Amino acid sequence: MLYLPDISNRMEVQSTPVNYLPIIFQILVALGFAVGTMVVTHMIGPKRRTAEKLTPFESGIEVIGNARQPFSIKYFLVAILFVLFDVEVIFMYPWAVNFRELGLDGMIQMFIFMGTLLLGFIYIIKKKALDWE
Amino acid sequence: MELAFVIEKFVLITVVFVLTLLVAMYSTLAERKIAGFLQDRVGPNRAGPFGILQPLADGAKMFFKEEIIPTESNRFLFIAGPSLAILTACIGSAVIPWGQKLTFGDYVVDLQVTDINVGILYIFGVVSLGVYGVMIGGWASNNKFSLMGAIRAASQNISYEIPMGLSIIALLMVTGTLSLKEISEQQSGFVNWNIWYQPLGFLIFLICAFAETNRTPFDLPECETELVGGYHTEYSSMKLGFYLFAEYINMFVSSAVMATLYFGGYNFPFMYDLGLSENWITIIGVIMLFAKIFFFIFFFMWVRWTIPRFRYDQLMNLGWKVLIPLAIANIVLTGIVITVKDLL
Repeated sequence: MLYLPDISNRMEVQSTPVNYLPIIFQILVALGFAVGTMVVTHMIGPKRRTAEKLTPFESGIEVIGNARQPFSIKYFLVAILFVLFDVEVIFMYPWAVNFRELGLDGMIQMFIFMGTLLLGFIYIIKKKALDWE
Repeated sequence: MELAFVIEKFVLITVVFVLTLLVAMYSTLAERKIAGFLQDRVGPNRAGPFGILQPLADGAKMFFKEEIIPTESNRFLFIAGPSLAILTACIGSAVIPWGQKLTFGDYVVDLQVTDINVGILYIFGVVSLGVYGVMIGGWASNNKFSLMGAIRAASQNISYEIPMGLSIIALLMVTGTLSLKEISEQQSGFVNWNIWYQPLGFLIFLICAFAETNRTPFDLPECETELVGGYHTEYSSMKLGFYLFAEYINMFVSSAVMATLYFGGYNFPFMYDLGLSENWITIIGVIMLFAKIFFFIFFFMWVRWTIPRFRYDQLMNLGWKVLIPLAIANIVLTGIVITVKDLL
């Protein structure tokens, strides 16, 4: 039978700034790799530039205008809705970690919060904000 | 802070980094081999026995190709895009516990680059940053196909980040911690694997992992039939290589995250009942973790050559109207089950 992990006497782990130092090391190693490879390919690759070659690719026909043009407003709408929902998700992280200590009260309070969130979600769907033609 | 600590971490980071690059390199070969197998072909078999040197040949080719930066593009951002993509792909692996402790005499090495108590949030943050590489590169190209690919990628990645976050929340309610090390330790043995508590959560996470890594059936950002090459249409030489490589590294890291969160990480059945010494348990654990990771990578490829690509509206509908309600239902269900179990 399934049983939940016993977390009643779990040691609270505290991270100190030293714990984050290896992440900086890893970023340095990754940055070194990226920059180093870029520089090496720049140096050893052939360079035979012609004006034709450096025009944007447009399936072989003459380039019409450029790509700094307006695009569908739907993408912007998705981005705004993402910000809204992602903030809600972040709010729920501390609650989820402490879920079992908060017990029944914590669950009911969070369900009310999620209910209001869901109302907004239903409103968005009813408004057809997420429908693509 | 002692010198030994710095050296230990740098050695560990280098080993992890080299392993990541090796796995990513050979994933490209594995992908072509598996595609060949599924389509009743042979796949690459000319460079070395069974094509084993193919990734090296491909890598060398990338170095010797001409670098093209279109005149109309924004030069700085054009170079920054792929660099950012590979950078974010490479730093995600810092918090994954690859194994338990290795003991050399009286020196103990922890097989994890760092154990921070916000491990999952760190990975979530790095994954969110990944979209910038694609977005910046696609916009800077000043090419209509690239722009379309980049907006699609951004829109898709942010849409699938929400159900991904929600599915992790249900997992956190079970584990009660954000540290990946602790999550691994809780799953010792076989019956404690989180997949048994969170099957629905895992399914949602898996689908989102496919979308976040831009793998088929969610590869609309680089959909050849509509957008030439998508966001990397204008890229050549190692910059193109970085984008393709970043995709394989992301696949490796997300496989490792899935194995750690849901499939017990380095734990394997009967690990303490076989009478093995601690170091042997650790070594077998690392091998088991990699076996799980390779299975997931194989699964990514299997799906790619089996399922056709979504249409864009289907993709958005799946993300917003199916996965988000499903993930919220999963949280509610998990909450009720845990509370009832704790009250009884």
